[in-house]
Amino acid sequence: MTNLFILQLLNGAQLGILLFLIAAGLTLVFGIMDVINLAHGVLYMIGAYLIATFAALTGSFWAGLLLMLPAALVVGLVIERLVIRPLYARSHLDQVLATFGLVMIVNEGVKILWGASPLSVPMPELLSGSIPLIGPLQYPVYRLAIIAAGLGIAAGLYVLVNHTRVGMLLRAGATNREMVSALGVDIGKLFSLVFALGALLACFAGAIVAPILSVDTGMGESVLILTFVVVVIGGIGSIRGAFMGALLVAIVDTLGRTFGPILLRYVMEPSAAGQTGRMLAPMLVYILMAAILFARPQGLFGQRTT
Amino acid sequence: MSVSAPPTARRPVLMSARIWFALLIFAGFAALPLIAVVTDDPFLLLIGTRILAYAIAAMALDLILGYGAMVSFGHAAYLGFGAYAVAILNSYGVTDLTLHITFAVAISALFATITGAISLRTRGVYFIMITLAFGQMAYFFFVSLSAYGGDDGTPLATRSTLFGSAALEDDRVMFYVALALLIALFIVATRIVGSRFGRVLIGTRENPVRMEAIGLSPFRYQLTAFVISGCMTSVAGVILANQAEFVSPAFMSWHRSGELIVMVVLGGIGNLTGAIGGAVVALLLEDWLAVLTEHWRLLFGVFLILMVLYSPHGITGALERFTRGRK
Repeated sequence: MTNLFILQLLNGAQLGILLFLIAAGLTLVFGIMDVINLAHGVLYMIGAYLIATFAALTGSFWAGLLLMLPAALVVGLVIERLVIRPLYARSHLDQVLATFGLVMIVNEGVKILWGASPLSVPMPELLSGSIPLIGPLQYPVYRLAIIAAGLGIAAGLYVLVNHTRVGMLLRAGATNREMVSALGVDIGKLFSLVFALGALLACFAGAIVAPILSVDTGMGESVLILTFVVVVIGGIGSIRGAFMGALLVAIVDTLGRTFGPILLRYVMEPSAAGQTGRMLAPMLVYILMAAILFARPQGLFGQRTT
Repeated sequence: MSVSAPPTARRPVLMSARIWFALLIFAGFAALPLIAVVTDDPFLLLIGTRILAYAIAAMALDLILGYGAMVSFGHAAYLGFGAYAVAILNSYGVTDLTLHITFAVAISALFATITGAISLRTRGVYFIMITLAFGQMAYFFFVSLSAYGGDDGTPLATRSTLFGSAALEDDRVMFYVALALLIALFIVATRIVGSRFGRVLIGTRENPVRMEAIGLSPFRYQLTAFVISGCMTSVAGVILANQAEFVSPAFMSWHRSGELIVMVVLGGIGNLTGAIGGAVVALLLEDWLAVLTEHWRLLFGVFLILMVLYSPHGITGALERFTRGRK
């Protein structure tokens, strides 16, 4: 039982790290640019497809990862220039529609370019296998590497946001956009930077998760909604909120799916417990979101009272 | 609230033009079975019934999106409630259409009251994302509902019965029942919009602070409108389930919610007729593009982006510009 708990906790942390990488970009785009971007999940998918292609071309995961990063940056900048930039001054409704159109285009475009069947990315040799944790407990190295990479990026983002000039502008932009631009900051350039950074993080998340998932066209969708929940819980515009929210959502989701049916067995008969547990578990994160919003409509770390 | 909406003070001429357009659309629908007979195309009726169902849903969404500036991105959930109300009652041997609709409306009212009360604590981007999340919650609930086929859905043994008769098995009767429901709900929605309640709702859209200052509580009006809209949408779900004789969670995926918003905006928000027209145009466009290429979603996406960038007020906006230009 304890072993299962530790395993699931690690799985939750790994999912949480991924969600954080995606949510960090999304929350910045929301908070600083006030743009709702439904196409953010699509970027995660593009990252996975890019690494699948480059890894197959070069025969190496690492070379694929290195090639993926500049390609992701280009994708982010092109999307920002063509679709997102004309939407800055528009209503949220227009942004929803245009980015929804973008989701349709990219999903279908990926199907045309790479076909509908799922791709797989080989696990890098260096990180394959499992290591023993406590007693008989084993855990895949690659998943630990994902957690480590994510924590490293989180630390990097923390330094970037809290201890650099760009970070100061980002924080200022999230608090009061008009004031920042009135003080003579090139807000257009800042927006492009924020969007490209968000795109890069989302693509990176998609790329590092590719070896343990199958790469297919639906992968962006499920993640997008969970990321929205993360951003709403954490508070729009807050990187710290995105981090806490991502871990909270992922751990609640993972533990709920495993232990929900087990706990329910104490109060009802096993078969009914299994069924109820399976039905309630996917709803758990949304109930969590509703509860948090009920207490704090602006999210856990939200500043603006929108 | 940053939803762009047409000015509140509408010219009476336009008001009646709106009604005329609606009548024209209804007349066109009423003639459809005749066309189906002439062209010997029975599928026309099924497509028509599907369009009628989405027209109801789009109109219901317009009630809160256009008049209340509430961009609900989870409205497909109510389509699902309507559809599953049919499937669930059918499995217990209850097949009456009025009972199906009553059950659908009851579930929707409950869900809309709870989620609406939470969602309306927030505004703008938050509201959009929260309604989306609640919509997905409902979606996942039905995906894991293995008694009704889970992810795959479940076929319906029969269509709903109408006062004990199996008249709905005839596609023509089904079509006209759907049309009657659309017209009835259009009248209800028009009445709501024209009533004191509707004016408070529009006032809240324009300036919630001012509404509070004159002693009204925007929250109650918005929540009531949200619930009414959800209940109306579930009626569309009942029709869709009967049209397809099949129920699955696909009815309530977030793509469907997005398509509903597309229909409303395509027709032009804040005038119920536009939503109906938008549903007709969007579905016909989808069907037409699907004939052209299997990758029709790509073209539809391009169309969407171009529409948002170049004609943000939809068909109604284009028509208004056209008529104004001629004067």
